[in-house]
Amino acid sequence: MTARTAFSLCVLTGRLAAAVLMLPVLAGQGVLAGYAHAEPPPGAPAHAPAQNWSFNGPLGHFDLAAVQRGYAVFAGVCASCHSLTQVQFSDLGGMGLTPEQVAVLAASWQVAAGRDAEGHLTHRKALPDDALPKPYAGPDAARAANRGAVPPDLSRITQVYPGGADRVYALLTGYAPATPHAGVAQPEAGFANPYAIGHRTAMPPPLRDNAVAYADGTQPTAQQEARDVTTFLAWISSPHADDKRRLGVGVVLYLCFLACLLVILKRRIWSHVEK
Amino acid sequence: MAGTPSCQEQVCQDPAQPAPEQSGALTKAPAAQTQDALAFVRGYMAFLLPRDLNLLWTIGAMLMAVLVLMLLSGLTLALTYTPDASLAFSSVEALERRAPSGWLLRSLHMTGATFFMAALYLHVFRGLCYGSYRAPRQGLWRVGTVLLVLVMVTAFAGYVLPWGQMSYWGADVASKAVGAIPLVGNTLERVFLGGDAPGTATLHRMFVLHFTLAFTIVGMVALHVAVLHAKGSTSPSGLAGQSRARMLPFHPYFTIKDGLGVVMLAILFMLVMCFWPGLVTEVENYRPANPLHTPANIEPEWYFLPFYGMLQAVPSKFGGLLVSGGAVAILFFVPLLDRGTSATFAAGRWGGLRWLPRVALMVLVFSFVLTGLAGRNHVQGIWLLVGRLATLGYYLYFLGFLPFYSRLARKEARS
Repeated sequence: MTARTAFSLCVLTGRLAAAVLMLPVLAGQGVLAGYAHAEPPPGAPAHAPAQNWSFNGPLGHFDLAAVQRGYAVFAGVCASCHSLTQVQFSDLGGMGLTPEQVAVLAASWQVAAGRDAEGHLTHRKALPDDALPKPYAGPDAARAANRGAVPPDLSRITQVYPGGADRVYALLTGYAPATPHAGVAQPEAGFANPYAIGHRTAMPPPLRDNAVAYADGTQPTAQQEARDVTTFLAWISSPHADDKRRLGVGVVLYLCFLACLLVILKRRIWSHVEK
Repeated sequence: MAGTPSCQEQVCQDPAQPAPEQSGALTKAPAAQTQDALAFVRGYMAFLLPRDLNLLWTIGAMLMAVLVLMLLSGLTLALTYTPDASLAFSSVEALERRAPSGWLLRSLHMTGATFFMAALYLHVFRGLCYGSYRAPRQGLWRVGTVLLVLVMVTAFAGYVLPWGQMSYWGADVASKAVGAIPLVGNTLERVFLGGDAPGTATLHRMFVLHFTLAFTIVGMVALHVAVLHAKGSTSPSGLAGQSRARMLPFHPYFTIKDGLGVVMLAILFMLVMCFWPGLVTEVENYRPANPLHTPANIEPEWYFLPFYGMLQAVPSKFGGLLVSGGAVAILFFVPLLDRGTSATFAAGRWGGLRWLPRVALMVLVFSFVLTGLAGRNHVQGIWLLVGRLATLGYYLYFLGFLPFYSRLARKEARS
């Protein structure tokens, strides 16, 4: 076999392997999507329009300025009900902060520090190695404070939430305007939102214009806040996605170069072998 | 063959080395031991292989490379992992978020699992396609099948460890499947879980199993390669390709070829790992295990989907277990089902049925993929029928086609 056919076969086998690999996934998705289109069950969330995120696609990257603004929205708005259980303050350094800035940021939070001599709960300023504090002591406390609903943890939200970042953004900005009939009692608890399951969500509309003050002078409109906090949540869901893509570009380029050299070497070694 | 680098001389020179004394291996001087080791390596490098081996034969080398990667990344991951029901999930999160290069190690290990299984299935496909199980290589095939089973168990145990929703409910489904075995099922289920439901005891079991089986696999791979060296490799052109004149030494001809294959695999590997990680991750497993909340779609990793489909396609629980377990176990019996030898196959005229093996193999592959799709769709609606037909198609290859075809071959050889 000549090196050229070997090479093309290599590529072919690679494609074959990829096809074998993806076939069940793709076909399964197709079938599932087919079902979804054929008969959307009543109350199914509306399809969230695709947004042009900086982190979309295999070669995307996170806009760290937006991530930092999104952190401000999270800390000022979301954190009063939602936790980031798996995140430590030191992890936030990945948004482009120096260790000193992370320490200052951590010190702006209060964490529980056990009980004092009289048995009262004490608090202290957080350190970079602390986990972000949870807003509620447990699910029961969360339920009591939110009319029976537990605000989900946001550590991996754009990964585990069906629809991903697009749907998080659509949910945050898609609240139906308040009904004019103020006297009519709401038939069910919650707030109308076409992107929620059953078109109702227990989360009150969280964002409004000027809910937070941005340090970089960006105008904090509700839309902008939603965009930024979604970018932040996408980043915190996979904080090393950018590292991975950067590594991938370098390694794949290197391996392609190596493969070229090996093809030449193989042709030379096999050159005097008769078929 | 003039001008062709022939291997015979190189191989024949090997016995020229001073013959090592069998008894005194331990008392030998270090220098003599080094000599032995060198001779061993030289012997392995001079191993003769048919020159017409195609790319499917480099998958063995790819599997080796991925195995080494899995071992190294797994060992380093184990330094951070905690096998405890209340800590496992956050230890994996800590690993991904803040352990030095933890995200890289974990993605390598996760992507490696998918690539290992994909390459392994292709390796088995190669064996079936070219009759690698025929005499004199039945032992090689059986060792390989044991390896397949070991790898599958290891992959399952490894998938339980992150303790996400799919880990937990996967362990739950598997334990219930084991529990369906008559008489001993309940005992086995309790041994497997270490209690009534998946928990810390299950995680300890899976961790130890995952860890020890990894090294068992290394040992079995060594055995697999040793048997290969004893029996020689098959060739796409059958016996004709295995004549000594048409063989080349492993080094440098196949080291460079396998090296190129491994680099090609590495490119594909990095593309999936870095740019399309969604292909190998299950998002539901990023939710922590919650015994109180059953996910809407419990499904295993893609490489178990065909067996999951067979499990569900049979109405009885134990019957499903037999059928899906039997789908792997039947590989052990392939050398018995297909009693033909390479010689009878090469000489056969097939009564105009030369196309039959290709069609049968295609039916097998399609059935395997279809059972996987049926498993993915929980054999609901039309998928129940598809799953059953595909299961039938899978078994028909082994129980129908192989015995029929080898009998045809032997009859022709006799007449």
